[in-house]
Amino acid sequence: MIPLSWYLYLSAALFAIGLYGVLARKNAIAILLGIELMLNAANINLVAFWRYGNPSLMAGQVFAIIVFAVAAAEVAVGLSLVISIYRSRKTVVADELDLMKW
Amino acid sequence: MDASQVIFFLSAALILVSAVLVVTVRNLVHAALWLIATLFGVAILYVLLEAGFLAVVQIVVYIGAIAILFIFAVMLTRRDLLSQTSQTNANWPVALGVSALALVGIAFIVRGFIFSLDRIPAPAPDNTLELLGQALISPNLFVLPFEVASVLLLAALIGAVYVAMNKK
Repeated sequence: MIPLSWYLYLSAALFAIGLYGVLARKNAIAILLGIELMLNAANINLVAFWRYGNPSLMAGQVFAIIVFAVAAAEVAVGLSLVISIYRSRKTVVADELDLMKW
Repeated sequence: MDASQVIFFLSAALILVSAVLVVTVRNLVHAALWLIATLFGVAILYVLLEAGFLAVVQIVVYIGAIAILFIFAVMLTRRDLLSQTSQTNANWPVALGVSALALVGIAFIVRGFIFSLDRIPAPAPDNTLELLGQALISPNLFVLPFEVASVLLLAALIGAVYVAMNKK
């Protein structure tokens, strides 16, 4: 049987990898990829706690489904912003998008 | 070590290796394909946790829609992605330090956790899918978050179309 802590350590590692991707990558699309990794790490935690808590209460799975919906919305809006910015400024490098930097 | 532990280690290795490749590989199309491998590993974990519906949703929604959306976006913004410059910004050592600190911090919290970490889980009920469906539409459980999520998706749909529209 798999102890709960293995899932928690795995999701901590996945979260840290995603955080590195968000902070270090230059490309705006790659930053969104890092955010996806972090959301998946959170989802592993939610489902693991559902399974190891009281499985007849579905709160953990419902939470995971809400996270799916939020992730889909976030990716759709984020990628449309990136495409719109690319169309007007011909770049997707986050460092060069400094129009609002005073 | 029983079969479920072997499956856990194999899928954990798949998840971690492909996640590292997602954040390090130069070509973004390859990064999106490695993201698909990561998401597939997470779906295997959902099966191990007896959340079969979530595993199917993971494959259909994440791999089938979100990852494909990423590949489309990469191809629509292709021009400077294959250049020879570095794919990481100047602050990447700081980023590495911050994420290592986050990993150590979370692991520290997990170690000192009050929740009993080594207990055997209670057997999952046979009708989890039925319970999930009832929980999503039951007024005293989660019907409000469910409806808010649908409004959010509608708003994201309209917003994404509006933002990406070519206004000329």
